[in-house]
Amino acid sequence: MNCTDLLSHLSDYFDEQLSPRLLDEIRTHTAGCQHCKVVLDTTHQTIEVYKGNEIYEVSDELRERLHTAIMSKCLAKK
Amino acid sequence: MPAIQSPATEEIHPDVALVERAKAGDTAAFEQLVRQYERQIFRVAQHITQNREDAEDITQDAFLKAYEKLDQFQGNSKFSTWLVRIAVNESLMRLRKRKTSKTVSMDQDVQTDEGSIPRDFAEWRPNPEQQYNQAELADILRKTIQGLPPGFRSVFTLRDVENLSTEETAEALGLSVPAVKSRLLRARLQLRERLSRYFRKKQEDQPA
Repeated sequence: MNCTDLLSHLSDYFDEQLSPRLLDEIRTHTAGCQHCKVVLDTTHQTIEVYKGNEIYEVSDELRERLHTAIMSKCLAKK
Repeated sequence: MPAIQSPATEEIHPDVALVERAKAGDTAAFEQLVRQYERQIFRVAQHITQNREDAEDITQDAFLKAYEKLDQFQGNSKFSTWLVRIAVNESLMRLRKRKTSKTVSMDQDVQTDEGSIPRDFAEWRPNPEQQYNQAELADILRKTIQGLPPGFRSVFTLRDVENLSTEETAEALGLSVPAVKSRLLRARLQLRERLSRYFRKKQEDQPA
């Protein structure tokens, strides 16, 4: 496996959709290629940092306001 | 006493019963669906439009549309995926209205090669949560995702922020599974590249 091959398998790697053989090839490649190891690690961190931080907070006050507006619009259509 | 098991019974999503009741005119059942998904729909709309007021309007419009068209929901997909699809379409329409001179679609700007080839090979040490407080980090993440074209932003939001499966993301966005995979890879790489600028800069700023 070369660096381009690794890149083409990157999303399947994070989505855990790779065969054990390809996983092994990726592990072998990254053990000897610092650039690919960093790309793999920092892409993983990119996904995790977005998963772990709610960047658009929905406060209880906003949620209640939205909820009331939605239900009153729907009931008006009934 | 052992529980009676029926291994042949398929697990039915709890939304199915709520949708059936709502279709029959049970407003309380629809209200329960609203409670379950209003936060998610708001987040999706805000991610795509990058505008809080638009996201509020879209959330209301999406649920109203779902309520009006409930009879058309056949149950071939999850109710939540159907709802997200309505919200995505409403969001893209809103972007089109905002940029009257430009076409805004799932295909806008996705031809870019940016991020397809990694250029930044710096490690992120310490990790982002250790480098920045929560407010600073949220600000960086917002600014960074704002820079993605809508077609990439939508795929990344549904797949990696809202945790929809690849198939559900494809259905919600009206794209093929290969198109979702391709856009997701490029969205992830573009975000990585852009975030590296922030996270490596902080490292360089720190005294040796």
